[in-house]
Amino acid sequence: MAISYDEVVAQYEPVLGLEVHVELNTDSKMFCGCSTVFGGDPNTQTCPVCLALPGALPTVNEKAIESTIKIGLALNCSIAPFSRFARKNYFYPDMPKNFQISQYDEPICVNGYVDIEIETDEGAKLFRIEIERVHMEEDTGKSLHVGGTTGRIHGAEYSLLDYNRAGIPLVEIVTKIVSGTGKYAPEVAKAYVAELRDILRSLGVSDVKMEQGSLRCDANVSLRLIGSEKLGTRSETKNVNSLRSVERAVRGEMIRHAELLNKGERVVQETRHFQEDSGLTRSGRSKEQAEDYRYFPEPDLVPIAPDAAWIEDLRASLPERPSIHRKRLQEAWAVPANEMAAMINADVLEIVEATVALGADPAKARSWWLGEISRIANDKDVAIAALAITPTDVAQIVALVTAGELTDKLARQVIEGVIAGEGDPATVIAARGIKVVNDDGALMAAIEKACAAAPQIAQKIRDGHIPAAGALIGAVMKETAGQADAARVRTLLLSHLGQSDS
Amino acid sequence: MIRSNASEMAAKLVAGETTSVALTAAHLDRIRAVDVDVHAFLHVDSEGALAQAAAVDAKRAKGEKLSPLAGVPLALKDVLTQKGIPTTCGSKILAGWRPPYDSSVVANLKRNDIVILGKTNMDEFAMGSSTENSAFGPTHNPWDLTRIPGGSGGGSSAALAAFQAPLAIGTDTGGSIRQPAAVTGTVGVKPTYGGVSRFGLVAFSSSLDQAGPCARTVLDAALLHEAIAGYDPKDSTSINAPVPAVVAAAKSGNVKGMKIGVVKELNGDGYQSGVRTRFEESLELLAGAGAEIVQVSAPNFEYALAAYYLIAPSECSSNLARFDAMRYGLRVGDIDGASAESVMNLTREAGFGREVKRRIILGTYALSSGYYDAYYGSAQKVRTLITQDFNKAFARCDVMVSPTCPTTAFKIGEKSNDPIAMYLNDIATIPVNMAGIGGMSLPAGLAPEDGLPVGFQIMAPAMQDQRMYLVGAALEAALLSKWGAPLLSQAPALAGS
Repeated sequence: MAISYDEVVAQYEPVLGLEVHVELNTDSKMFCGCSTVFGGDPNTQTCPVCLALPGALPTVNEKAIESTIKIGLALNCSIAPFSRFARKNYFYPDMPKNFQISQYDEPICVNGYVDIEIETDEGAKLFRIEIERVHMEEDTGKSLHVGGTTGRIHGAEYSLLDYNRAGIPLVEIVTKIVSGTGKYAPEVAKAYVAELRDILRSLGVSDVKMEQGSLRCDANVSLRLIGSEKLGTRSETKNVNSLRSVERAVRGEMIRHAELLNKGERVVQETRHFQEDSGLTRSGRSKEQAEDYRYFPEPDLVPIAPDAAWIEDLRASLPERPSIHRKRLQEAWAVPANEMAAMINADVLEIVEATVALGADPAKARSWWLGEISRIANDKDVAIAALAITPTDVAQIVALVTAGELTDKLARQVIEGVIAGEGDPATVIAARGIKVVNDDGALMAAIEKACAAAPQIAQKIRDGHIPAAGALIGAVMKETAGQADAARVRTLLLSHLGQSDS
Repeated sequence: MIRSNASEMAAKLVAGETTSVALTAAHLDRIRAVDVDVHAFLHVDSEGALAQAAAVDAKRAKGEKLSPLAGVPLALKDVLTQKGIPTTCGSKILAGWRPPYDSSVVANLKRNDIVILGKTNMDEFAMGSSTENSAFGPTHNPWDLTRIPGGSGGGSSAALAAFQAPLAIGTDTGGSIRQPAAVTGTVGVKPTYGGVSRFGLVAFSSSLDQAGPCARTVLDAALLHEAIAGYDPKDSTSINAPVPAVVAAAKSGNVKGMKIGVVKELNGDGYQSGVRTRFEESLELLAGAGAEIVQVSAPNFEYALAAYYLIAPSECSSNLARFDAMRYGLRVGDIDGASAESVMNLTREAGFGREVKRRIILGTYALSSGYYDAYYGSAQKVRTLITQDFNKAFARCDVMVSPTCPTTAFKIGEKSNDPIAMYLNDIATIPVNMAGIGGMSLPAGLAPEDGLPVGFQIMAPAMQDQRMYLVGAALEAALLSKWGAPLLSQAPALAGS
């Protein structure tokens, strides 16, 4: 029986637990010197250690320890003066040793928190997500199941193993139970992962690309009747590969659980896999019988006992917390909250910041990145960062427009050229023969001023309401003390706003 | 020539009286002649050894400065990887595997121009005390071919006693260097844990395994010890400190004023009378050399065996998980449509022997949730108590001593169906591994009742390995002057082929 989300949260309180796996961006693997570069030919980045040849021994990547301590500090954790690796034993063909070196009862970072802010019906509200532990482990290899229809091991004709990923350093960040979020649970989960991603990026310890799997989230969800203390049975959803999916997965699981509970059925404790297309989860491995991993301290590695002075050095070198940094930018640029949110959502904040740092006006930099360039990225279905246009290019274009040497329309052509790989803005202008009519420079300045003074009218024209142009033409004539050619002004104005008379 | 000691061979090489090629060829001839009876070797690398020997001779001819043992041949226990040379660990599961890399021990041997003759037989994955658990058939004790040569490193010690090699490498997890040395009348040393790199030593029990030197004299063992020991960044548990001055100690042999602690618990009931006789005699000789004999007690040693048989199997159950038919070694049942899981199961079923399976099952059980605290957890506590016993005792003495094993070599087959009786062989050697300290066994003579060799064990605090060599050299000298000739001269000649 279908049940609405509002009905779910009227009756039940969601309880979350989030486990985030982060691939560190160290040059070499966790326990050997092999390269961690993504996308190499299968099994070319392996050695006796990560292939688990008989006799090979692991040694710890110090950079990975440093990155993990930085993460712990950024998440307000205590750093254990003494921690250990442990072996997690289970058989799987893509795990060369048939045990994973992880941390068990003595993790390196414990008891932290992350504060996140989300918009609620009562305005912005702060939620504190408590962190239980941050620990280090190694990634497994990859299995490619060939044949069959599902790409899963069952029904496959054969499987191929690639051990390039085996031994890539992973950090697992585990929250304590997250309760008290009520109907905002999905947004809280998303905001938490987003905040974590921003923190990790600011630390420079990971590529944090969810789509490439360098940041993966497992969402544990359970429901309990409002007012009840007793926790419900949880499900653990894996494969949640984007921020939007985190939100959808939590919401979807809340509804699925509520439907089961309202029917008097029980929720099965199991792993579920998020389906990106449907937004639903499908059943995976049952966890009703807890798997026995036979953890024990890894005898091949000495315990980790980081020097207290080193920890303090790392603490002192932590960058500004992203949320604070964003607040500071918002004030400095005088940007409304929704525009700030738009930049964050579009993942252009850093790039805009870099453009502004090169001298561009914040509003202009923002509008190019968020507008024209984002649109091209969407059309091409690639990330903005993957386009062949840099903050330097955009800063130059903004400068040319400001100097009246480019109109907005011409600037768009230049951007298109730069993205097409034709070179930097000057090269594109020269090669394409983009004719900047210098005589029009003064007129353009007046037109832009008039548009800026009456943005609603400008928008109307942009939207195709040509008759509104009269008001702006008047303003330009007044500005230029009647010296301008009104017909030319009309042509330039309409062109500037992406319209024409024809 | 082959009956000389390694240091004597080295001296002849330096003097130009022989060449490494001649020495190596003589040992290869000896192996060909007697190994049909002894079966100390699983693989003989004649070509590689002669090539290595020729290279050393060439270096010497050019006047290059060479290490003390350069050009002297050695037998390598088949649990250490040597690039391109089959490494089986005495197991069918690794049949056909040729490692693509050298273990650090082998790299050190090669760096010192020590010639590697081949790989020696052992109990499968070093699990055993008789070499009967080798998948490739047992090794026979050169003193009596119907008897065991000890284990797990029976091949290495038998090769020394049969004059197939003057030097050998063993590994010792619970006594696998010292017990074979004891029952073959040779010298074997387990260095301090972390003293010799474990990189390339196929793991049985990571926290206990340690490679070490085997030889026919204390000085030869010391020379080999220095060649293979030292810090190795490839082994996280390797100790970053200078190698103890073991050669100087072996040359000195001065024990005047040293306190030698006799462990009360490692003597008496359960020890063969001839073993006790030779042990008491050795103590008198050491006292005669100027050492002070004191009694020490280690009350927790009685739990060592039980704790060992939880820790070692636990670690081995995890260490041996990698033998899954995916990347190397044996693969069974890989027919059309067979799943990876089925191939893995069939391969492990066919590839591992009974003792290995027994220990994997034991260890898997001991680590299981609900049993971990009672078994693995308690065993670790015992380990701490044993270390404390050693620390307390070492506050009162410089070294501790005991018979190396309770009995002389038993008959092949005698204990193969009684694992507990077999495990009891290691009762005196296991505490050393549990505490990570050093232990040596050297010949103390023959038991009067059966005419078989008896071993004398010396234990020293961590990174004080030189103390074992001081005491060992003193006892060896005293015994030699009493016997008039090395003990091995009393061993029966091997008929050979």
